[in-house]
Amino acid sequence: MRAAPPSMRVVETYLLAYKRTWKFSLTTMLINPIMFLLGMGIGLGSLVDKGTSDATSSLGGVDYLTFLAPGLLAATAMQVAASESTYPIMAKIKWDRIYEAMLATPLVVRDLLIGQLSWIALRLTQTTVIFLVVMVLFGAVESPWVVFAVPAGVLTGLAIGAPICAFSATRTNDYALSTVLRFVVIPMFLFSGTFFPISQLPSGIRWIAYLTPLWHGVDLCRSLALGTVDAGSAVVHVAYLAAFVAGGAYLAYKAFQRRLVL
Amino acid sequence: MPSDAAAPSTLIEARGLTKRFGQFTAVDGVDFDVAKGEAFGFLGPNGAGKSSTMRMIGCVSPVSDGKLRVLGLDPATDGPTIRGRLGVVPQDDNLDMELTVEENLLIYGRFFDLPRSVIRPRIDELLDFVQLTDRRKDRVEPLSGGMKRRLTIARSLINNPDVLLLDEPTTGLDPQARHVLWDRLYRLKQQGVTLVLTTHYMDEAEQLCDRLVVMDKAQIVAEGSPRQLIEQHSTREVVELRFPVGEQETMVPRLEGIAPRLEVLPDRVLLYTNDADTTVLDVHARGLTPENVVERRSTLEDVFLRLTGRSLVE
Repeated sequence: MRAAPPSMRVVETYLLAYKRTWKFSLTTMLINPIMFLLGMGIGLGSLVDKGTSDATSSLGGVDYLTFLAPGLLAATAMQVAASESTYPIMAKIKWDRIYEAMLATPLVVRDLLIGQLSWIALRLTQTTVIFLVVMVLFGAVESPWVVFAVPAGVLTGLAIGAPICAFSATRTNDYALSTVLRFVVIPMFLFSGTFFPISQLPSGIRWIAYLTPLWHGVDLCRSLALGTVDAGSAVVHVAYLAAFVAGGAYLAYKAFQRRLVL
Repeated sequence: MPSDAAAPSTLIEARGLTKRFGQFTAVDGVDFDVAKGEAFGFLGPNGAGKSSTMRMIGCVSPVSDGKLRVLGLDPATDGPTIRGRLGVVPQDDNLDMELTVEENLLIYGRFFDLPRSVIRPRIDELLDFVQLTDRRKDRVEPLSGGMKRRLTIARSLINNPDVLLLDEPTTGLDPQARHVLWDRLYRLKQQGVTLVLTTHYMDEAEQLCDRLVVMDKAQIVAEGSPRQLIEQHSTREVVELRFPVGEQETMVPRLEGIAPRLEVLPDRVLLYTNDADTTVLDVHARGLTPENVVERRSTLEDVFLRLTGRSLVE
Protein backbone atom coordinates (compact mmCIF):
# COMPACT_ATOMS: atom_id res chain seq x y z
CA MET A 1 0.00 0.00 0.00
CA ARG A 2 1.20 3.46 -0.86
CA ALA A 3 2.21 5.72 1.98
CA ALA A 4 0.19 8.86 2.68
CA PRO A 5 0.93 11.70 0.26
CA PRO A 6 3.92 13.85 1.29
CA SER A 7 1.69 16.89 1.85
CA MET A 8 0.10 15.05 4.78
CA ARG A 9 3.47 15.07 6.54
CA VAL A 10 3.31 18.84 6.34
CA VAL A 11 -0.11 18.73 7.99
CA GLU A 12 1.36 16.49 10.70
CA THR A 13 3.76 19.29 11.63
CA TYR A 14 0.98 21.80 12.02
CA LEU A 15 -1.02 19.33 14.08
CA LEU A 16 1.96 18.86 16.36
CA ALA A 17 2.18 22.59 16.99
CA TYR A 18 -1.59 22.83 17.33
CA LYS A 19 -1.55 20.27 20.12
CA ARG A 20 -0.14 23.02 22.29
CA THR A 21 -2.91 25.55 21.60
CA TRP A 22 -5.97 23.47 20.86
CA LYS A 23 -7.78 24.24 24.12
CA PHE A 24 -7.51 27.95 23.59
CA SER A 25 -8.40 27.58 19.95
CA LEU A 26 -11.43 25.43 20.70
CA THR A 27 -12.68 27.86 23.35
CA THR A 28 -12.42 30.70 20.85
CA MET A 29 -14.27 28.71 18.24
CA LEU A 30 -17.05 28.04 20.72
CA ILE A 31 -17.33 31.46 22.31
CA ASN A 32 -17.21 33.43 19.11
CA PRO A 33 -20.49 32.13 17.61
CA ILE A 34 -22.21 32.17 21.01
CA MET A 35 -21.39 35.85 21.47
CA PHE A 36 -22.41 36.82 17.97
CA LEU A 37 -25.65 34.87 18.07
CA LEU A 38 -26.50 36.25 21.51
CA GLY A 39 -25.56 39.83 20.80
CA MET A 40 -26.69 40.24 17.24
CA GLY A 41 -28.97 37.30 16.62
CA ILE A 42 -31.03 37.64 19.76
CA GLY A 43 -30.20 41.15 21.04
CA LEU A 44 -30.37 43.07 17.81
CA GLY A 45 -32.70 40.46 16.36
CA SER A 46 -35.40 41.16 18.96
CA LEU A 47 -35.63 44.68 17.55
CA VAL A 48 -35.54 43.55 13.94
CA ASP A 49 -38.27 41.00 14.52
CA LYS A 50 -40.55 43.72 15.94
CA GLY A 51 -40.22 45.59 12.66
CA THR A 52 -42.55 45.62 9.71
CA SER A 53 -43.68 42.47 7.97
CA ASP A 54 -41.75 43.90 5.04
CA ALA A 55 -38.57 43.49 7.07
CA THR A 56 -39.37 39.89 7.97
CA SER A 57 -40.18 38.99 4.39
CA SER A 58 -36.90 40.39 3.12
CA LEU A 59 -35.20 38.10 5.66
CA GLY A 60 -36.94 35.20 3.92
CA GLY A 61 -39.79 34.94 6.41
CA VAL A 62 -37.65 33.81 9.34
CA ASP A 63 -36.54 35.56 12.50
CA TYR A 64 -33.29 37.49 12.47
CA LEU A 65 -31.35 34.88 14.45
CA THR A 66 -32.21 32.20 11.93
CA PHE A 67 -31.37 34.55 9.09
CA LEU A 68 -28.07 35.62 10.62
CA ALA A 69 -26.65 32.31 11.84
CA PRO A 70 -25.83 30.56 8.52
CA GLY A 71 -24.45 33.77 7.06
CA LEU A 72 -22.25 34.16 10.08
CA LEU A 73 -21.06 30.59 9.68
CA ALA A 74 -19.77 31.43 6.21
CA ALA A 75 -18.32 34.75 7.37
CA THR A 76 -16.55 33.07 10.29
CA ALA A 77 -15.04 30.55 7.90
CA MET A 78 -13.76 33.47 5.85
CA GLN A 79 -12.15 35.08 8.88
CA VAL A 80 -10.46 31.90 10.03
CA ALA A 81 -9.16 31.27 6.52
CA ALA A 82 -7.94 34.86 6.19
CA SER A 83 -6.03 34.78 9.43
CA GLU A 84 -4.49 31.40 8.58
CA SER A 85 -3.45 32.75 5.16
CA THR A 86 -1.71 35.93 6.17
CA TYR A 87 0.78 36.04 9.08
CA PRO A 88 1.35 32.27 9.26
CA ILE A 89 2.40 32.25 5.60
CA MET A 90 4.70 35.22 6.12
CA ALA A 91 6.20 33.45 9.14
CA LYS A 92 6.81 30.20 7.29
CA ILE A 93 8.41 31.96 4.35
CA LYS A 94 10.34 34.70 6.06
CA TRP A 95 10.30 34.82 9.85
CA ASP A 96 10.81 31.20 10.92
CA ARG A 97 11.61 29.91 7.41
CA ILE A 98 9.88 26.60 8.05
CA TYR A 99 9.26 26.20 4.33
CA GLU A 100 12.98 26.51 3.64
CA ALA A 101 13.60 23.69 6.14
CA MET A 102 10.93 21.56 4.47
CA LEU A 103 12.35 22.11 1.01
CA ALA A 104 15.74 20.76 2.09
CA THR A 105 14.00 17.36 2.41
CA PRO A 106 12.35 15.33 -0.35
CA LEU A 107 9.28 17.60 -0.09
CA VAL A 108 8.59 19.92 -3.02
CA VAL A 109 6.74 23.25 -3.25
CA ARG A 110 3.53 21.51 -4.29
CA ASP A 111 3.58 19.44 -1.08
CA LEU A 112 3.97 22.57 1.04
CA LEU A 113 1.08 24.29 -0.66
CA ILE A 114 -1.27 21.31 -0.58
CA GLY A 115 -0.27 20.76 3.04
CA GLN A 116 -0.97 24.38 3.88
CA LEU A 117 -4.36 24.44 2.18
CA SER A 118 -5.27 21.09 3.74
CA TRP A 119 -4.39 22.48 7.12
CA ILE A 120 -6.60 25.49 6.50
CA ALA A 121 -9.38 23.15 5.38
CA LEU A 122 -8.97 21.19 8.60
CA ARG A 123 -9.21 24.35 10.70
CA LEU A 124 -12.27 25.38 8.69
CA THR A 125 -13.93 22.03 9.26
CA GLN A 126 -13.40 22.38 12.99
CA THR A 127 -14.74 25.93 13.00
CA THR A 128 -17.83 25.23 10.94
CA VAL A 129 -18.73 22.03 12.78
CA ILE A 130 -18.56 23.83 16.11
CA PHE A 131 -20.50 26.74 14.65
CA LEU A 132 -23.15 24.37 13.40
CA VAL A 133 -23.48 22.76 16.83
CA VAL A 134 -23.98 26.20 18.39
CA MET A 135 -26.56 27.05 15.73
CA VAL A 136 -28.50 23.91 16.55
CA LEU A 137 -28.34 24.71 20.27
CA PHE A 138 -29.74 28.17 19.51
CA GLY A 139 -32.51 26.58 17.47
CA ALA A 140 -31.39 28.61 14.49
CA VAL A 141 -31.78 25.77 12.01
CA GLU A 142 -34.75 25.09 9.76
CA SER A 143 -33.68 22.13 7.64
CA PRO A 144 -31.51 18.99 7.84
CA TRP A 145 -29.79 20.26 4.68
CA VAL A 146 -27.86 22.45 7.10
CA VAL A 147 -25.25 19.70 7.58
CA PHE A 148 -24.00 20.64 4.12
CA ALA A 149 -23.25 24.09 5.46
CA VAL A 150 -20.06 22.49 6.82
CA PRO A 151 -18.53 21.65 3.43
CA ALA A 152 -20.03 24.86 2.04
CA GLY A 153 -18.34 26.83 4.80
CA VAL A 154 -15.01 25.05 4.21
CA LEU A 155 -15.29 25.83 0.50
CA THR A 156 -16.08 29.48 1.24
CA GLY A 157 -13.08 29.76 3.53
CA LEU A 158 -10.74 28.19 0.97
CA ALA A 159 -12.12 30.43 -1.78
CA ILE A 160 -10.90 33.40 0.23
CA GLY A 161 -7.88 31.78 1.89
CA ALA A 162 -6.20 30.45 -1.26
CA PRO A 163 -5.95 33.85 -3.03
CA ILE A 164 -4.82 35.46 0.22
CA CYS A 165 -2.09 32.80 0.55
CA ALA A 166 -0.96 33.79 -2.93
CA PHE A 167 -0.92 37.46 -1.99
CA SER A 168 0.86 36.87 1.32
CA ALA A 169 3.56 34.87 -0.45
CA THR A 170 4.36 37.83 -2.69
CA ARG A 171 4.87 40.25 0.22
CA THR A 172 8.24 40.93 1.78
CA ASN A 173 6.81 42.67 4.84
CA ASP A 174 3.62 42.35 6.81
CA TYR A 175 2.13 45.84 6.37
CA ALA A 176 0.09 44.73 3.39
CA LEU A 177 -1.34 41.82 5.37
CA SER A 178 -3.20 44.02 7.83
CA THR A 179 -4.43 46.02 4.84
CA VAL A 180 -5.96 42.87 3.39
CA LEU A 181 -7.70 42.13 6.65
CA ARG A 182 -8.91 45.70 7.06
CA PHE A 183 -9.92 46.60 3.52
CA VAL A 184 -10.88 43.27 1.99
CA VAL A 185 -12.00 40.92 4.74
CA ILE A 186 -13.88 43.36 6.98
CA PRO A 187 -15.84 45.02 4.13
CA MET A 188 -16.80 41.57 2.85
CA PHE A 189 -17.83 40.62 6.37
CA LEU A 190 -20.10 43.66 6.59
CA PHE A 191 -21.54 43.96 3.10
CA SER A 192 -21.82 40.47 1.61
CA GLY A 193 -25.20 39.57 3.01
CA THR A 194 -24.16 38.22 6.39
CA PHE A 195 -26.03 40.79 8.48
CA PHE A 196 -28.63 42.00 6.02
CA PRO A 197 -29.81 40.87 2.59
CA ILE A 198 -27.85 42.59 -0.13
CA SER A 199 -31.16 43.65 -1.66
CA GLN A 200 -30.83 46.44 0.92
CA LEU A 201 -27.70 47.74 -0.80
CA PRO A 202 -28.13 50.57 -3.33
CA SER A 203 -28.66 48.92 -6.70
CA GLY A 204 -25.62 50.74 -8.14
CA ILE A 205 -23.19 48.88 -5.92
CA ARG A 206 -25.10 45.69 -5.30
CA TRP A 207 -23.24 43.93 -8.12
CA ILE A 208 -20.00 44.29 -6.14
CA ALA A 209 -21.50 42.16 -3.40
CA TYR A 210 -22.54 39.56 -5.98
CA LEU A 211 -18.92 39.31 -7.11
CA THR A 212 -17.53 38.58 -3.66
CA PRO A 213 -16.94 34.92 -2.89
CA LEU A 214 -18.36 35.50 0.57
CA TRP A 215 -21.79 36.40 -0.77
CA HIS A 216 -21.88 33.11 -2.66
CA GLY A 217 -20.86 31.28 0.49
CA VAL A 218 -23.40 33.13 2.63
CA ASP A 219 -26.22 32.57 0.19
CA LEU A 220 -25.35 28.89 -0.16
CA CYS A 221 -25.11 28.28 3.60
CA ARG A 222 -28.28 30.21 4.23
CA SER A 223 -30.31 28.35 1.62
CA LEU A 224 -29.10 25.10 3.17
CA ALA A 225 -29.97 26.15 6.71
CA LEU A 226 -33.38 27.46 5.73
CA GLY A 227 -34.09 24.51 3.46
CA THR A 228 -34.69 26.82 0.51
CA VAL A 229 -31.77 25.48 -1.48
CA ASP A 230 -32.31 24.91 -5.18
CA ALA A 231 -29.96 22.91 -7.34
CA GLY A 232 -29.37 25.61 -9.94
CA SER A 233 -28.13 28.35 -7.66
CA ALA A 234 -26.27 25.85 -5.47
CA VAL A 235 -24.30 24.68 -8.49
CA VAL A 236 -23.50 28.28 -9.44
CA HIS A 237 -22.34 29.09 -5.93
CA VAL A 238 -20.20 25.97 -5.67
CA ALA A 239 -18.69 26.53 -9.10
CA TYR A 240 -17.95 30.18 -8.35
CA LEU A 241 -16.28 29.30 -5.04
CA ALA A 242 -14.39 26.37 -6.56
CA ALA A 243 -13.06 28.70 -9.25
CA PHE A 244 -11.68 30.96 -6.52
CA VAL A 245 -10.06 27.99 -4.80
CA ALA A 246 -8.50 26.75 -8.04
CA GLY A 247 -7.38 30.20 -9.18
CA GLY A 248 -6.07 31.08 -5.75
CA ALA A 249 -4.19 27.79 -5.43
CA TYR A 250 -2.63 28.28 -8.87
CA LEU A 251 -1.48 31.81 -8.03
CA ALA A 252 -0.24 30.65 -4.65
CA TYR A 253 1.77 27.89 -6.32
CA LYS A 254 3.36 30.44 -8.65
CA ALA A 255 4.06 32.80 -5.77
CA PHE A 256 5.54 30.05 -3.56
CA GLN A 257 7.70 28.84 -6.40
CA ARG A 258 8.99 32.33 -7.15
CA ARG A 259 9.64 33.04 -3.53
CA LEU A 260 11.08 29.75 -2.34
CA VAL A 261 13.00 28.36 -5.29
CA LEU A 262 15.78 30.82 -6.08
CA MET B 1 42.01 15.67 -8.46
CA PRO B 2 39.47 17.36 -10.75
CA SER B 3 39.97 15.60 -14.04
CA ASP B 4 37.50 15.46 -16.90
CA ALA B 5 35.90 12.24 -15.77
CA ALA B 6 34.93 11.88 -12.15
CA ALA B 7 36.33 8.91 -10.23
CA PRO B 8 33.80 6.28 -9.10
CA SER B 9 34.12 7.43 -5.49
CA THR B 10 33.04 10.95 -6.48
CA LEU B 11 29.86 12.00 -4.70
CA ILE B 12 29.62 15.50 -6.07
CA GLU B 13 30.86 16.58 -9.46
CA ALA B 14 30.62 20.11 -10.84
CA ARG B 15 31.84 21.28 -14.23
CA GLY B 16 31.32 24.87 -15.33
CA LEU B 17 28.69 25.18 -12.63
CA THR B 18 27.02 28.57 -12.87
CA LYS B 19 24.31 30.41 -10.98
CA ARG B 20 22.79 33.63 -12.22
CA PHE B 21 20.21 35.85 -10.59
CA GLY B 22 19.03 38.05 -13.44
CA GLN B 23 22.07 40.01 -14.59
CA PHE B 24 24.11 39.04 -11.54
CA THR B 25 26.36 36.00 -11.70
CA ALA B 26 26.74 34.52 -8.23
CA VAL B 27 28.72 31.45 -9.30
CA ASP B 28 30.71 31.66 -12.49
CA GLY B 29 31.67 28.35 -14.04
CA VAL B 30 33.28 26.46 -11.16
CA ASP B 31 34.73 22.94 -11.33
CA PHE B 32 35.18 20.67 -8.35
CA ASP B 33 34.82 17.07 -7.19
CA VAL B 34 34.01 15.87 -3.73
CA ALA B 35 35.05 12.30 -2.96
CA LYS B 36 33.30 9.91 -0.62
CA GLY B 37 34.37 10.31 2.99
CA GLU B 38 36.28 13.53 2.62
CA ALA B 39 35.68 16.85 4.30
CA PHE B 40 35.56 19.46 1.60
CA GLY B 41 35.45 23.18 2.25
CA PHE B 42 34.45 26.28 0.37
CA LEU B 43 36.45 29.13 1.74
CA GLY B 44 35.81 32.71 0.74
CA PRO B 45 34.69 36.15 1.79
CA ASN B 46 31.02 37.06 2.08
CA GLY B 47 29.39 37.24 -1.33
CA ALA B 48 31.95 34.98 -3.01
CA GLY B 49 29.28 32.53 -4.13
CA LYS B 50 29.73 29.84 -1.48
CA SER B 51 26.14 29.71 -0.31
CA SER B 52 24.78 29.76 -3.86
CA THR B 53 27.01 26.80 -4.67
CA MET B 54 25.82 24.98 -1.56
CA ARG B 55 22.19 25.63 -2.41
CA MET B 56 22.70 24.14 -5.86
CA ILE B 57 24.37 21.08 -4.35
CA GLY B 58 21.47 20.87 -1.89
CA CYS B 59 19.06 20.76 -4.87
CA VAL B 60 17.04 23.72 -3.63
CA SER B 61 18.39 26.18 -6.18
CA PRO B 62 18.21 25.35 -9.89
CA VAL B 63 21.50 25.29 -11.79
CA SER B 64 21.70 28.12 -14.35
CA ASP B 65 24.41 26.55 -16.44
CA GLY B 66 27.05 23.83 -16.44
CA LYS B 67 26.93 20.33 -15.07
CA LEU B 68 26.22 19.20 -11.55
CA ARG B 69 25.92 15.62 -10.35
CA VAL B 70 25.18 14.80 -6.75
CA LEU B 71 25.40 11.14 -5.75
CA GLY B 72 25.54 10.45 -9.46
CA LEU B 73 22.15 12.03 -10.06
CA ASP B 74 21.05 15.23 -11.76
CA PRO B 75 19.45 17.74 -9.36
CA ALA B 76 17.23 19.04 -12.15
CA THR B 77 15.41 15.72 -12.46
CA ASP B 78 16.15 13.86 -9.22
CA GLY B 79 16.00 16.65 -6.66
CA PRO B 80 13.77 14.87 -4.13
CA THR B 81 15.73 11.61 -4.37
CA ILE B 82 19.04 13.39 -3.86
CA ARG B 83 17.69 15.50 -1.00
CA GLY B 84 16.54 12.32 0.66
CA ARG B 85 20.19 11.33 1.04
CA LEU B 86 21.56 14.73 2.07
CA GLY B 87 21.71 16.41 5.43
CA VAL B 88 21.58 20.20 5.37
CA VAL B 89 22.68 22.69 7.99
CA PRO B 90 21.68 26.07 6.58
CA GLN B 91 23.49 29.31 7.31
CA ASP B 92 20.72 30.51 9.63
CA ASP B 93 18.89 28.01 11.78
CA ASN B 94 15.36 27.36 10.58
CA LEU B 95 14.08 25.20 13.38
CA ASP B 96 10.38 25.14 14.17
CA MET B 97 10.15 27.51 17.13
CA GLU B 98 6.69 26.30 18.07
CA LEU B 99 7.88 22.75 18.64
CA THR B 100 10.07 21.09 21.22
CA VAL B 101 13.57 19.80 20.63
CA GLU B 102 12.46 16.23 20.04
CA GLU B 103 9.42 17.23 17.99
CA ASN B 104 11.70 19.11 15.64
CA LEU B 105 13.59 15.90 15.03
CA LEU B 106 10.42 13.86 14.77
CA ILE B 107 8.76 16.03 12.12
CA TYR B 108 11.97 16.31 10.17
CA GLY B 109 12.23 12.55 10.08
CA ARG B 110 8.65 12.45 8.87
CA PHE B 111 9.53 14.81 6.00
CA PHE B 112 11.93 12.08 4.89
CA ASP B 113 9.03 9.64 5.15
CA LEU B 114 10.70 7.63 7.89
CA PRO B 115 8.33 5.65 10.08
CA ARG B 116 8.07 6.75 13.70
CA SER B 117 9.47 3.42 14.84
CA VAL B 118 12.70 4.27 13.01
CA ILE B 119 12.76 7.90 14.07
CA ARG B 120 12.25 7.35 17.82
CA PRO B 121 15.49 5.46 18.56
CA ARG B 122 17.38 7.75 16.22
CA ILE B 123 16.18 10.78 18.17
CA ASP B 124 17.66 9.26 21.33
CA GLU B 125 20.98 8.67 19.61
CA LEU B 126 21.15 12.08 18.01
CA LEU B 127 20.19 14.01 21.14
CA ASP B 128 22.91 12.13 22.95
CA PHE B 129 25.35 12.88 20.15
CA VAL B 130 24.71 16.64 20.26
CA GLN B 131 24.39 16.65 24.08
CA LEU B 132 20.82 17.87 24.21
CA THR B 133 19.17 14.89 25.88
CA ASP B 134 18.24 16.90 28.96
CA ARG B 135 16.53 19.52 26.80
CA ARG B 136 14.48 17.12 24.71
CA LYS B 137 11.10 18.22 26.05
CA ASP B 138 11.95 21.92 25.95
CA ARG B 139 10.78 24.31 23.34
CA VAL B 140 13.39 25.46 20.88
CA GLU B 141 12.91 29.20 21.24
CA PRO B 142 14.76 29.77 24.54
CA LEU B 143 17.77 27.57 23.66
CA SER B 144 21.15 29.27 23.29
CA GLY B 145 22.65 29.85 19.86
CA GLY B 146 25.06 26.95 20.31
CA MET B 147 22.27 24.58 21.36
CA LYS B 148 20.10 25.58 18.40
CA ARG B 149 23.04 24.98 16.11
CA ARG B 150 23.61 21.54 17.61
CA LEU B 151 19.95 20.74 17.24
CA THR B 152 20.09 21.81 13.59
CA ILE B 153 23.00 19.42 13.12
CA ALA B 154 21.09 16.62 14.85
CA ARG B 155 18.14 17.36 12.61
CA SER B 156 20.31 17.21 9.50
CA LEU B 157 21.39 13.69 10.53
CA ILE B 158 17.91 12.26 11.07
CA ASN B 159 17.91 10.55 7.66
CA ASN B 160 21.43 9.11 8.04
CA PRO B 161 22.67 11.23 5.15
CA ASP B 162 25.50 10.20 2.82
CA VAL B 163 26.59 13.81 2.54
CA LEU B 164 26.27 16.57 5.11
CA LEU B 165 26.15 20.13 3.79
CA LEU B 166 27.06 22.78 6.33
CA ASP B 167 26.78 26.45 5.42
CA GLU B 168 28.90 28.44 7.85
CA PRO B 169 28.28 26.00 10.67
CA THR B 170 29.82 28.05 13.48
CA THR B 171 29.24 31.65 12.44
CA GLY B 172 27.98 33.67 15.37
CA LEU B 173 28.85 31.11 18.05
CA ASP B 174 31.10 31.66 21.04
CA PRO B 175 34.45 29.81 21.17
CA GLN B 176 33.17 27.08 23.51
CA ALA B 177 30.20 26.35 21.29
CA ARG B 178 32.42 26.31 18.22
CA HIS B 179 34.78 23.78 19.73
CA VAL B 180 31.94 21.49 20.77
CA LEU B 181 30.59 21.68 17.25
CA TRP B 182 33.94 21.01 15.63
CA ASP B 183 34.37 18.00 17.85
CA ARG B 184 30.99 16.63 16.76
CA LEU B 185 31.70 17.26 13.09
CA TYR B 186 35.08 15.61 13.44
CA ARG B 187 33.39 12.52 14.88
CA LEU B 188 30.99 12.41 11.97
CA LYS B 189 33.90 12.55 9.61
CA GLN B 190 35.49 9.65 11.49
CA GLN B 191 32.27 7.72 10.99
CA GLY B 192 32.64 8.17 7.26
CA VAL B 193 30.10 10.94 6.64
CA THR B 194 31.16 13.13 3.75
CA LEU B 195 31.21 16.76 4.88
CA VAL B 196 30.89 19.74 2.59
CA LEU B 197 31.09 23.05 4.35
CA THR B 198 31.49 26.73 3.70
CA THR B 199 33.28 29.01 6.07
CA HIS B 200 35.13 32.25 6.26
CA TYR B 201 36.96 31.11 9.39
CA MET B 202 40.43 29.87 8.60
CA ASP B 203 40.79 27.92 11.82
CA GLU B 204 37.60 26.08 10.98
CA ALA B 205 38.85 25.20 7.53
CA GLU B 206 42.20 24.03 8.94
CA GLN B 207 40.51 22.00 11.66
CA LEU B 208 37.95 20.26 9.52
CA CYS B 209 38.81 20.22 5.85
CA ASP B 210 40.90 17.62 4.06
CA ARG B 211 40.64 19.67 0.95
CA LEU B 212 39.24 23.05 0.11
CA VAL B 213 38.69 25.54 -2.62
CA VAL B 214 39.02 29.26 -2.15
CA MET B 215 36.25 31.21 -3.83
CA ASP B 216 36.37 34.86 -4.66
CA LYS B 217 34.06 36.91 -6.86
CA ALA B 218 32.05 33.88 -8.02
CA GLN B 219 35.08 31.83 -9.03
CA ILE B 220 37.43 29.28 -7.57
CA VAL B 221 40.83 30.88 -7.22
CA ALA B 222 42.73 28.05 -5.54
CA GLU B 223 42.32 24.44 -4.57
CA GLY B 224 44.16 21.98 -2.37
CA SER B 225 44.68 20.74 1.16
CA PRO B 226 45.29 23.46 3.77
CA ARG B 227 48.97 22.50 3.75
CA GLN B 228 49.23 22.57 -0.04
CA LEU B 229 47.54 25.95 -0.20
CA ILE B 230 49.97 27.39 2.30
CA GLU B 231 52.90 25.93 0.39
CA GLN B 232 51.66 27.21 -2.93
CA HIS B 233 50.43 30.62 -1.96
CA SER B 234 52.44 31.65 1.04
CA THR B 235 55.85 31.13 2.60
CA ARG B 236 56.55 28.78 5.45
CA GLU B 237 56.77 31.48 8.07
CA VAL B 238 55.75 35.06 8.67
CA VAL B 239 57.38 37.81 10.69
CA GLU B 240 55.10 40.58 11.87
CA LEU B 241 56.75 43.91 12.69
CA ARG B 242 55.02 46.68 14.57
CA PHE B 243 56.65 50.09 14.64
CA PRO B 244 55.89 53.04 16.93
CA VAL B 245 53.02 55.14 15.61
CA GLY B 246 54.10 57.36 12.71
CA GLU B 247 57.41 55.60 12.10
CA GLN B 248 56.20 52.81 9.85
CA GLU B 249 56.28 54.94 6.67
CA THR B 250 59.96 55.77 7.06
CA MET B 251 60.87 52.20 7.98
CA VAL B 252 59.21 50.39 5.10
CA PRO B 253 61.71 51.51 2.39
CA ARG B 254 64.55 50.19 4.56
CA LEU B 255 62.96 46.71 4.59
CA GLU B 256 63.19 46.31 0.84
CA GLY B 257 64.42 42.94 -0.32
CA ILE B 258 64.58 41.50 3.17
CA ALA B 259 62.07 38.74 2.47
CA PRO B 260 60.53 37.06 -0.61
CA ARG B 261 57.38 39.06 -0.03
CA LEU B 262 56.46 42.05 2.05
CA GLU B 263 53.04 43.25 2.97
CA VAL B 264 52.33 46.64 4.50
CA LEU B 265 49.19 46.86 6.62
CA PRO B 266 47.98 50.05 8.28
CA ASP B 267 49.28 48.95 11.68
CA ARG B 268 52.12 46.53 10.90
CA VAL B 269 54.37 45.05 8.26
CA LEU B 270 54.34 41.36 7.37
CA LEU B 271 57.45 39.69 6.05
CA TYR B 272 56.78 36.41 4.29
CA THR B 273 59.84 34.25 4.70
CA ASN B 274 60.97 30.68 4.81
CA ASP B 275 63.15 31.29 7.83
CA ALA B 276 61.75 33.71 10.37
CA ASP B 277 64.79 33.67 12.69
CA THR B 278 67.19 34.73 9.94
CA THR B 279 64.80 37.41 8.74
CA VAL B 280 64.52 38.88 12.23
CA LEU B 281 68.31 38.95 12.48
CA ASP B 282 68.41 40.75 9.14
CA VAL B 283 65.92 43.31 10.41
CA HIS B 284 68.11 44.09 13.38
CA ALA B 285 71.24 44.06 11.19
CA ARG B 286 69.68 46.87 9.18
CA GLY B 287 69.48 48.88 12.38
CA LEU B 288 65.71 48.74 12.57
CA THR B 289 64.06 48.64 15.98
CA PRO B 290 60.44 47.61 15.72
CA GLU B 291 58.33 48.02 18.85
CA ASN B 292 57.14 44.47 18.57
CA VAL B 293 58.25 41.40 16.60
CA VAL B 294 56.15 38.24 16.17
CA GLU B 295 57.41 35.15 14.41
CA ARG B 296 54.80 32.62 13.36
CA ARG B 297 54.01 29.91 10.88
CA SER B 298 52.07 30.82 7.79
CA THR B 299 48.38 30.10 8.13
CA LEU B 300 45.50 29.65 5.82
CA GLU B 301 44.52 33.18 6.70
CA ASP B 302 47.61 34.46 4.94
CA VAL B 303 46.68 32.46 1.87
CA PHE B 304 43.13 33.63 2.06
CA LEU B 305 43.97 37.30 2.35
CA ARG B 306 46.51 37.03 -0.40
CA LEU B 307 44.08 35.35 -2.78
CA THR B 308 40.95 37.28 -1.94
CA GLY B 309 42.42 40.68 -1.60
CA ARG B 310 44.02 43.21 0.65
CA SER B 311 46.37 45.62 -1.05
CA LEU B 312 49.72 43.96 -1.57
CA VAL B 313 53.25 45.19 -2.00
CA GLU B 314 55.55 42.54 -3.38
